[in-house]
Order: sequence, then C-alpha cells, then structure tokens
Amino acid sequence: MISKEQGEEKSEGASEDIIYRIEIPANRYDLLCLEGLARALLIFQGKMKIPHYKAVTPASRHTQKILVKPATAQVRPYVVGAVLRDITFTRDNYKSFIDLQDKLHQNLCRRRALVAIGTHDLDTLTGPFTYDAQVPKEIRFKPLNEMKEYTAEELMELYSTDSHLKPYLQIIKDKPVYPVIYDQNRVVLSMPPIINGDHSKITLETKNVLIECTAVDLYKAKVVLDTLVCMFSQYCKEPFTVERVEVTQANGRKSVYPELIYQQAVVSVSEINKSLGIDESSASVVELLNKMSIHSTIVEGKKGGQTSKISVAVPPTRHDIIHPCDIMEDVAIAYGYNNIKMSIPHTVTIAEQCPLNKLTDQLRVELSQSGFTEALTFTLCSKEDISDKLRRTNGTSEAVHIANPKTIEFQVARTTLMSGLLKTLQANKKMPLPLKLFEISDVVLKDNTRDVGARNERRLCAVNYNKSPGFEIIHGLLDRIMQLLEISYGKEKEGYFIRTAEDPAFFPGRCADVVVRGKAIGKLGVLHPEVVTAFDLSLPCAVLEINIQPFL
Amino acid sequence: MADTTTHVLEHLAECGPIDSLTLAVKLGTDHQRIVGAVKSLQSLGNVITAEQRSSKQWELTKEGEEVVEKGSHEALVYYNVPEEGISQKELMQTIPNAKVGFSKAMSAGWLMVDKTAEGGPKIRRKVDKIHDDVQECLLKFKNMNIDDIIESQKQDFKKRKLLQEVTVKSYWLEKGPQFSLTVEKQETDLTPEMIATGSWKEKKFKPYNFDALGVPLECGHLHPLMKVKTEVRQIFLEMGFTEMATNNYVESSFWNFDTLFVPQKHPARDMQDTFYLSDPVHANEFPLEYLERVETVHSVGGYGSQGYNYEWKFEETKKNVMRTHTTAVSARMLYRLAQQKKFIPVKYFSIDKVFRNENLDATHLAEFHQVEGVVADYGLTLGNLMGLFKEFFNKLGIRNLRFKPTYNPYTEPSMEIFSYHEGLKKWVEVGNSGMFRPEMLLPMGLPKDVAVLAWGLSLERPTMIKYGIDNIRELVGHKVNLKWFIVTLYAD
Repeated sequence: MISKEQGEEKSEGASEDIIYRIEIPANRYDLLCLEGLARALLIFQGKMKIPHYKAVTPASRHTQKILVKPATAQVRPYVVGAVLRDITFTRDNYKSFIDLQDKLHQNLCRRRALVAIGTHDLDTLTGPFTYDAQVPKEIRFKPLNEMKEYTAEELMELYSTDSHLKPYLQIIKDKPVYPVIYDQNRVVLSMPPIINGDHSKITLETKNVLIECTAVDLYKAKVVLDTLVCMFSQYCKEPFTVERVEVTQANGRKSVYPELIYQQAVVSVSEINKSLGIDESSASVVELLNKMSIHSTIVEGKKGGQTSKISVAVPPTRHDIIHPCDIMEDVAIAYGYNNIKMSIPHTVTIAEQCPLNKLTDQLRVELSQSGFTEALTFTLCSKEDISDKLRRTNGTSEAVHIANPKTIEFQVARTTLMSGLLKTLQANKKMPLPLKLFEISDVVLKDNTRDVGARNERRLCAVNYNKSPGFEIIHGLLDRIMQLLEISYGKEKEGYFIRTAEDPAFFPGRCADVVVRGKAIGKLGVLHPEVVTAFDLSLPCAVLEINIQPFL
Repeated sequence: MADTTTHVLEHLAECGPIDSLTLAVKLGTDHQRIVGAVKSLQSLGNVITAEQRSSKQWELTKEGEEVVEKGSHEALVYYNVPEEGISQKELMQTIPNAKVGFSKAMSAGWLMVDKTAEGGPKIRRKVDKIHDDVQECLLKFKNMNIDDIIESQKQDFKKRKLLQEVTVKSYWLEKGPQFSLTVEKQETDLTPEMIATGSWKEKKFKPYNFDALGVPLECGHLHPLMKVKTEVRQIFLEMGFTEMATNNYVESSFWNFDTLFVPQKHPARDMQDTFYLSDPVHANEFPLEYLERVETVHSVGGYGSQGYNYEWKFEETKKNVMRTHTTAVSARMLYRLAQQKKFIPVKYFSIDKVFRNENLDATHLAEFHQVEGVVADYGLTLGNLMGLFKEFFNKLGIRNLRFKPTYNPYTEPSMEIFSYHEGLKKWVEVGNSGMFRPEMLLPMGLPKDVAVLAWGLSLERPTMIKYGIDNIRELVGHKVNLKWFIVTLYAD
C-alpha cells in the first residue's frame, strides 16, 4: 500500500488478518468514507478506471427547484442541492452515507457552523422547495425520530439537554429568525443546522435522495455537496451521475448544483522533477498522477523532454488541490517519499548565534557552576501568582491577559520569574537544604511601542532557601555575575552597586535595587514572610531577579 | 578503653583463648567494654582473632533482681505476718507481690489460717523460722554459679518470671599472627601538623573502608530539557544554521496564521486550541501592502493559486495570540529577507516556547518548546529536505528514518518524519516538515524560484523518549522532582 493513505501495520493478536490503521490527512474529504478510500486504492493499483463524475439536468418540469427567500440573509444565506436518482441502499452503504455526513459536519462544515447537510427521501416530498428564515415560534414540525410536532422555540429547549445536538444550538440560538426548508405543501424538510423533519427521513428503501446543504460559506457548501455526491453516486443506477437542482436566489439569479467542475491545469514536468529531486519522464509522471485519480495527459514537448508539459484535470473530489504545488505533491506521494534520493542542499551559510541566547547559555553554565540548580517553569500562570501572593497589589497591570484560559493556571503571562521558582521550591521541600535554584527565561510585559503591544524581557532569577535567608549568598551571586560580565563594583558611571529599595514582596529594609551603569535592572533581597507563607513555604528565602538584556 | 585493650591483650598472653563473656566476668568489667576493645584491636589488623559466637544464657529478670536484693515474695509475706496474726486483707496490702508470696508461703507450710480467731479468720505463722531457698538460688545465679542449680528449678523460676533465657553474642578470642602486647594508637587521617613536623612517617593510619560510598556533593545542575536544548542548538550551529531571535511570545494572528496561509476558519484558530489575548487584544501595526497581498491570496488567490474562496477579515488578523508555533517568527524573518534588494540564501533555526490551549494530559502541556529549521535558497528539492533530516537526526543519534505524507496548511509537499524506536519497538513520529507553499512565500516578495524547506519538532518529546519519562510534568514546570536532575546525563 504505497499511497497517501499508507498506514502503520498493526497486527492484532486475535485475528489472522493484518489490520491497517489508516490516517486520513485533514484535507482529504474524499477519503473519509470506505467508498472513496476503496476507490482511491483500486485506482492506485490499476484495478479500476478513474470514474468521470457527471451532473445531468433532467427535463425542466422534472428539475427539482429551491427558491431562496430574502430573510435567510439574516442567518444562513446559501443553499445548494442535488438529487441521487435510483440509488440502492444496503445496510452497509446506508451507514457509510450517514457516517460521511457526520464526519463532514465535524471538519469541513466546522461543526455545522459553516455548512449543514440535510438528506431526504424525495418521493415523500413535492417540489418546488422554499428556503426561508422565520421567527422561531412560527416554525412548527415533527423533527426526526420524535413523536409529535414542536415549534422551533420548543425544539431549542428540548435539545438543550441532548448531548449530540446541544453544541449546534448556539449557531442560530440568538438569531431573530431560524432557517427552514419547506416543500410545496409546507412540509418541513429541515431546520438547518439543527435537525431534519421526520416526514422526509431516508430509509433503506429510499430510492431517490434529495441532498440540501445550507451554509454561510457558499464555496464550502459546494465542496461538501460535490464530495457527498461523488462518493455515493456510485450506488445510483447510472453510477457517478448526479441530477442537478436549480436554486433561485432572492434576486432572481438562478444557479444549478452540483457543479462537479474539473479544474484544468498545465504543469511542467521539469519543474516537478526539480522540486522533488527526481528525474522522471513525462509518461511516468502521467502514470503517477493517474494512479492518484488525477486524470492527466502529455500536451507538448518531446516525450520525456525537459520542456514537457502535462495537462491535468483535477476531479471535483479533490478540492484540496488549489495550486500546481499540490499536484507536485501527489506525484511525490505516488512516487513514494521513501524512494526519493536524499541529498544535501548546496546552500552554504555561516552560522551565527542569537546574541541574547548566547549570553543566556553562558550565564546558565556559570550559575550552575556556582552551585545553583536550573529550573524550567511555566510562562503562563494565575493572576494571584504575580500579584497577591507576592503582595504586589498592582502586579497584573503590566501583564498580558489571556482571553480564553481553560483554568486559572493560564490567566496571564508571568511578569516575574520569582513565583515559578517559589512554586518549584514548594514542590521540592523535602530536598536537603539549602535549596538554591535559578532560571534564565523570558517574562512578558505590555509595551505599546511594539506592533503587538507587548514584548519579552530576558530575566535571570535565583533563590536561596535555607534556615537563614542567606542574603549574602544571593549578593555574592550577583557579584559573581557582574564579575563574569566584566562590570566592576562602584558607583561611577560604568560600575554596579546596590542601593536600598522598597518592594512589597520583600521584607522591609532587606531589599535593594541592582544598579548597573546608572540604571536599576532588578532587585535582590529577603522575601517578605507573608510571601513565604503564601507559597506554602516555611523558611527564609533570599531572591535576586534582574533583566539581562542591558548586558548585550 | 585503652586500659581494657591492654587487659584483654595481657589476659590472652597469660591464659590463652577465652570467651569474651567469661573474660568480662574475670576482669570484672562490663561486656560491652570488652567488645569495644576487641573491635578497636581488630581494626589494627591481625593482632588478635575474634570469632563471633552466640550462646543461650539464663539471666535474672527485674523481678528476679529484686528477689536477690530483698528476698523472695513468700519470705517477705512470712516476715510481714506479725506474732498475733493478721487478716488476709491487711496482709495483701503490705507488699506488692503479696498474693503470689502468700500462696507460695502457704504451700511451703510457713503460714496457716486460723479460722477461730476473734474478729474473723487470721493468718498466723506456722513455723518459727524459714530458709529463703529462692533468694539463695538466684543469688548463686547472679554470681554465675549456674551449675549448682537443677534444671527443674530453672524452669520453675522461668515460670515465675524471675529468670529468662537470652541469646548472648560474644567473641571467642585468640592471639592473632601479629600478636603484641604493645599496640600503638592509629591515626584516623593525615593532619597539617603531621605534614609540617614529618610525624606522619612514624604514625600508623587506620585503613579506609573502600566499600562505602562517598559524601554526596553540594553542586548545581542544569535542567535536563535545557541540556538537550543546548545539544540541539549545537547541532544546528554545526550545520551552519543561524539562530533566530524568537523572544516574542505574543504574536498577532496575522503573523501567526494569515501570513502562513492558514485560513481564518481553520480549526487551529479555534478558541479551544489557541490562547487569545484580552489585553492587549489587538496588534496595531502591519506592513500594509503585504497585508493586502495576504488578504488577496486567501480570499481570491493569485500566484497560480485559487485561494480559499472566503471573505478574509481584518478583524480576525488583528487578534493577538500567544504564538502557537515559532513558524510565526520564521514568517517574519522570511518577509524581512524578501525586503532586501538582493536575495541571499539563508539557513535559520530556533528553539523556543510555543503555546497551545490544549486539554492537559500526561504528554500535553499548554506550553512546550518547538525546534524549527528553515532553509531558503534557489533550486531546493524535497530530496534536499530529506537529506537534511538524515544529517540532523543522525547527529541526535536517531537513525532509520521514514517519511509519510501529511497535511499542513502552509507546506506542500508535507511530510511527517518517523524513526524506529528500538526500546518502544515501534515507529515514532519525530518531526513534521515540508516546503512552504507559494501562497505563503510569493506575497512576501521572495523570488519565484526560491524554495523554502522547513521542519519542526518538539523538544520535549525526544527528551521524554530519551529519558524514558511518560509524564511530561516530571520534565517541565514547577512540579519537577529536582532529585532526578542529579542523575540525568548529558544528551548523546
């Protein structure tokens, strides 16, 4: 199975047969059902000819028509449709038909938000159909698999406890009008994107299927419709042939669906060879593409020559192909990635380190040599981690805030490395004392001079946790760091010193600013006892936190 | 102690082999002192030989000791009965073990009950004089004259809890091959004074115990994941890749998604997958001409592409996110590259944090490190990309690679990289890669013939496989066990 759908072999003890686990790429909607997968494999193996998908228009009086009312513009403006004529359902293909709709609803239709599919037994209905949008209490019908009629309002209530349908309710819940499709006799086909009517539900005995797709995105509706009919027209009396439906917009414009367009493209064989690093003849590339169900022919140039071009017709099952590079990928897949000869790029470059990361790595090694152990803590944290727990009531004002955190652990990006280290201490209280930790990492600060309104700042933070605070140890570490950075002690312009400072996180009188070349770049001191206890610690703790970017 | 040592040696010289217990009695010292002396003699080498033995021995209980001191219970009861007699109730209160003593004294025929006495029955002495055999016996015991006591008596005393049988550990002591009466005290270790005075030449030193472990050192450690990061960084540098500055966690949707040709309705842009910012909610500066080209390629196509056919919204591209991949930085770098007058081929890499609003489990955290490599040059091929992987992963000690087609919105062709893991006995995904799409590169203004190869992997995953960790929290975050750092090694 050398094809796109190649899976990992996995034999399961109980069965003699080899079971293949097949991973379908997220853009290959044509492989989501067994019909499409089997078809692609048979064509790849040369056991089946590439089908030609065809849409036909019956005589006008037999054409199914859908009229779109202007009110739909307020909620879900588009509808497309098709008829599968003379289809034969079996238990298996019926189930596959339903499954494919479910899968399409989940991915391409974005959980029905963009497109919703309705399938109906055409013989229970009478066209033409009307696609309208009405005030919820005016819509009334018997929904699929229910025993009685409900208004749309009642349905929303009924389904608010239905785990399957509940997620879709919010798509239309707050809209003034809800979409609804009627037949000529005011029979409700469906109330998209929530539920179909019970009246027209399809069964194993259904012979003629009307498919309607309502949408806020017309392009996606067309893709969904093409995919469904290409897959299941296989079971029609005339395989791979679909009957068109005429849709008349509110402005009177008429369109017919499905479109089933074959995109024509011309690709260069040499470009494909060049991009992939292979050397195949035109005939061979044509063969590879045909294996991938993309019908192609040589159009010009000598057979196998470097100027050869190939004409391809991208089938309506392959809406993922939007550029010649997609065709090139299919050639690569058919050729087999693992058959491509590996080679080293000719690109010669001189490497360079990012100066900030270079400095960081140098300091990390030095700090660990000074007896401190490196921690690696999370960037995201709770608001209280950087404010209340540090006694910094204003602590979140310069922080960037997350709009959609799943837990309080991800409310803000940290503005200090201290809390992460204190939490690491808390989780390691049983380690022998003293506990000496450090981290050199980024904090995030709001900064409206930047295009995104925020910037990172590389900080160095170290803590000493012991029976005595060990301010002198943290102070000694600062001296060592300055020595490494070749900054000498002194209050003159080029030197560094520390001077008394106030910070609610520190014990009064035990906190100092670190001043380098006349600018405060951080603080050191003994933590305030309330900070110690807020982090569920019990011993004194000395901390140093500085910005290292000024040393670049 | 020194004295005891001397005594032991002298005794061995005079009287020959002896049991340490016997020796203790003979020398009239505590057995433990003898044991101490034996141990210190042993540490000197072969001065004496000491063979450990254990024997059963009778020993007085606490109660037995009392009997030796004060007399047996029955005797005490007897002495407490006055001439004129005493009521049983009163007698019982005279001494602690009166009840036992009374019944023993009665059966020995030392006392009698006078039921006819005035004011109720009274206890009277039956004999005038008694002999306290029990006390006498136990006294012999204490003085080690054990042989005089018959077995039945011992058992009787054991029953009365006056005696107990204990296992005693002792040494059988004999002269050793290097026996000497004068033993010099051994030094534990070399001192500065010995070096200064040269006295070390005369001294004898206690031997070290080479079977013991050393003292755990007090030292700092680097984080295991960061060690692997350093290793990977080194590999990129060896391969001539320049490090990108990735220190900007907040990114606009524009750079994080739109420039990469990720459609605005793509699932990756869902609130369930991406952290959006409420403050600062929007980015406010964009390269406007480029932004227009991005809008066009998304909505109607161009550069040979059909585009995605949807209504592209500025509102959406403005939204700030915590970057979901470092490819956002690669996009900025490639855009910057395209603005240069003449295109210069580049090789870039980065290793930094990215953020996903995932449901957390044993292998997923909301933030992880992404490793990314990018090569931009004329005429690059898919074979080049695979050749790069081979070299890159070989340096990481990962051989035996296979490639599988996959789908990424911004690469075509796209491939997942798998490696066979000998330990896990299966193919594991080690990275994701591809050639950036023309819809991403051409709007930036890069020359048409320039191809860009890119690959990415998480730093955590190979590290977890390497160290055999199944829970990512053991590796990253504040809940790590620091003890574990001490035993981890450098990456291969």
